[in-house]
Amino acid sequence: MYPNEVELQWSVLIVLYPFITGLVAGAFILASLERVFRVEEVKPTYRLALLTALAFLLVAPLPLQLHLGHPERSFEMYLTPHRSSAMAMFGFVYLWYLMAVLLLEIWLDYRREIVELSQTASGWKRLIYRVLTLGSNNVSERSLRIDDRLGYFITLIGIPSAFLLHGYVGFIFGSVKANPWWSSPLMPIVFVFSAMVSGISAVMLLYMLTTRLRRQSIDMRCLDTIARYLLYTFVIDFSLEMLDLLQRIYEADESFRSLDFMVHTRLWVSHVIVQILLGTIIPIALLGLIQVLRLSDVARKRLYVLSGCLTMVGIFAMRWNVVIGGQLFSKSFLGYTTYKMAFATREGLLTAIALMILPFIILWVLVKLLPPWPQAASQPDPSTASADGIG
Amino acid sequence: MEITRRRMLVLLPAAAVAWRFVVAGTPEAAPNYKMTEHWWAMLIDIPKCIGCGSCVRACAEENEVPEGYFRTWIERYHVAGWKIERPEVESPNGGKDGFPPHADDGGKNFFVPKLCNHCADSPCTQVCPVGATFVTPDGVVLIDKSYCLGCRYCVQACPYGCRFINPRTNTAEKCSLCYHRITKGLTTACCEVCPTGARQLADLKNTKDPIHEYLRTHTVQVLKPHMATGAKVFYNGMDGSVR
Amino acid sequence: MFKDIEHLVRLVFVFAIGLATFVILRAAVVPKSFGQYGHYRGAAIGEIASRPVAFAGHDTCEACHSDVVDQKKLGKHVVVPCEACHGALAKHADDPSSVQPAKLDTFVLCSRCHEANAAKPKGFPQVVTADHSGGIACDTCHQPHHPKIETEKSSTAKIETGEKR
Repeated sequence: MYPNEVELQWSVLIVLYPFITGLVAGAFILASLERVFRVEEVKPTYRLALLTALAFLLVAPLPLQLHLGHPERSFEMYLTPHRSSAMAMFGFVYLWYLMAVLLLEIWLDYRREIVELSQTASGWKRLIYRVLTLGSNNVSERSLRIDDRLGYFITLIGIPSAFLLHGYVGFIFGSVKANPWWSSPLMPIVFVFSAMVSGISAVMLLYMLTTRLRRQSIDMRCLDTIARYLLYTFVIDFSLEMLDLLQRIYEADESFRSLDFMVHTRLWVSHVIVQILLGTIIPIALLGLIQVLRLSDVARKRLYVLSGCLTMVGIFAMRWNVVIGGQLFSKSFLGYTTYKMAFATREGLLTAIALMILPFIILWVLVKLLPPWPQAASQPDPSTASADGIG
Repeated sequence: MEITRRRMLVLLPAAAVAWRFVVAGTPEAAPNYKMTEHWWAMLIDIPKCIGCGSCVRACAEENEVPEGYFRTWIERYHVAGWKIERPEVESPNGGKDGFPPHADDGGKNFFVPKLCNHCADSPCTQVCPVGATFVTPDGVVLIDKSYCLGCRYCVQACPYGCRFINPRTNTAEKCSLCYHRITKGLTTACCEVCPTGARQLADLKNTKDPIHEYLRTHTVQVLKPHMATGAKVFYNGMDGSVR
Repeated sequence: MFKDIEHLVRLVFVFAIGLATFVILRAAVVPKSFGQYGHYRGAAIGEIASRPVAFAGHDTCEACHSDVVDQKKLGKHVVVPCEACHGALAKHADDPSSVQPAKLDTFVLCSRCHEANAAKPKGFPQVVTADHSGGIACDTCHQPHHPKIETEKSSTAKIETGEKR
């Protein structure tokens, strides 16, 4: 163990960060399934997926800021970005994705409602809508058609942008030659596919939850289609991870003995039990089973909830195993350290929990401002969305 | 021994000139120091290292290194028989207080001092998002404390484990090759106090520097050459078991 | 025609303002010396180089303490720099009368180099201090600047008067 390695550098917040950006990318890909690939079945989740992506994207920089030694200097990354640094360039990828893709797409898709609401809403909400119209009230057929075509184009470039957004995070780890647990050309690809898995899962669960809360009936055709895409993506993701693992075991290079011991001891629970068994094999089995057996709607819904939750936990575990796991062993391959996660500190567990709850609060606000569901006669609703009508 | 005496003759006039500035209480870089005339490196002679820890203590004092962190440290290796790939290594408090007595156990035992290798193709510089760590024109990798964000990417990228985050400044820190000393004609603190001459500062651009002849006549290595970092700390007599 | 893309034009305008603000802000905030030698703040080099020095260097010590130099020249410790044992003394060199070097505990100090350890080079003088001296201060018998204990017969060198602590 080199003496300076005893302390871990990147904490649970840095585990949270790829998890959150993964959800963003995954949710966006699901939205693009309808917009670009014309998978009509998933249309009911289109707007919800976009808003979910935005809610998580807004929270994404927070764990980074909280982790920095000097967050007040973080703007330096935009002022003097070091072009050889993946981290610096990521700042611009993030900005591009937020401004030129996500916000733009949401704005174009919602513009008609925004203009309407700027005229019908009251109080401070009205002001927000008026600002969002940018002063233009034109919702003629022609302008909406232009919006639609532009939106299509933006989603088109949004897909590689989403891959870039999260693939970049994978590259930030994968390009560190000093760390054999991270250094791999597969890393960006594994990150992208696991992002898609977590994002699709998240939207699937949110769709089920919000529809339930609105006391509407779930569109099973939509749900089944989402689950199918989840399964396909999952299989690819699992194959990639197993390929990496098998190759490592077979080649058994200098780092292997140290990493192998680490997985068998320190990472046994989080890697083998939680990530692989509970978080990947069981959800894939359940989702696969649903494709083969004829199960009732109720049974399928229950299995979707179970698989979805297990998947989310599994993908979080994967981020944990990559980030924390990569710091538990010494670069001398002689020795290990432990991660002492604090609770109520700037980088502690409490902060991580708060940061995971925050996107849902933001999503709640977004859903209230920009309802993803068609408005009909109002109906008292205790929580999330204000819209009703057929989902 | 020869090298040390010759070094003294080389350093004495330079130190005398630079010392004026130190004594005056305004130790700016001596005006006759030109960065482009130097390309700093270090030579470590493993058979000479006695693991006394003087270098670790001197560095900590010279550079105000916080307790528990190390800009330089010493490792003690024990290699049993032919098991070169499985040495036993210890570094109690970085070797700062020397090492506990260790009886001969039939294996191969030796000390390895380590520090920042001031890589010519430094991976830490490559990953810094803002340009807070950099390679100077005279080959020293430095950290700009007032610009560093404390993102810790450089600590992850260093293959040698020589970087840490200073808890007082919340910025990255590491060996600076005593830049504030070498620009004044002095040697680094660790080389200054080494009683056996195991550590020696070298200037690869200075044709009179003994390192040129030394590199030609001795078997030297750098740490982790497969990482292709352009490391400039050269180890004489380094065993294959050294990680 | 324009009316139908007016909202997009306004959007582009908003983006342009944002970009302009960023460019102006950047010019104002980025340190002037940034980029002088490379992608970093050039002034940092000077700042780092002007840090105060803690170790004076043996050349400086020898300028005043020539008597000790002569003593050291007689023995193996000639190559041991003064501050290796006496600690950082730039402050003392700066103001010799008011800053005095600390008194040293020779047992702790000498053991660090000379306590027997299998990892030390074979030719290097080392002892198991428990057997060698039973733990008493090393300077009870050894003069640190000229550590070899000369027997009366072999004494040819001039050992300077006093100097024993």
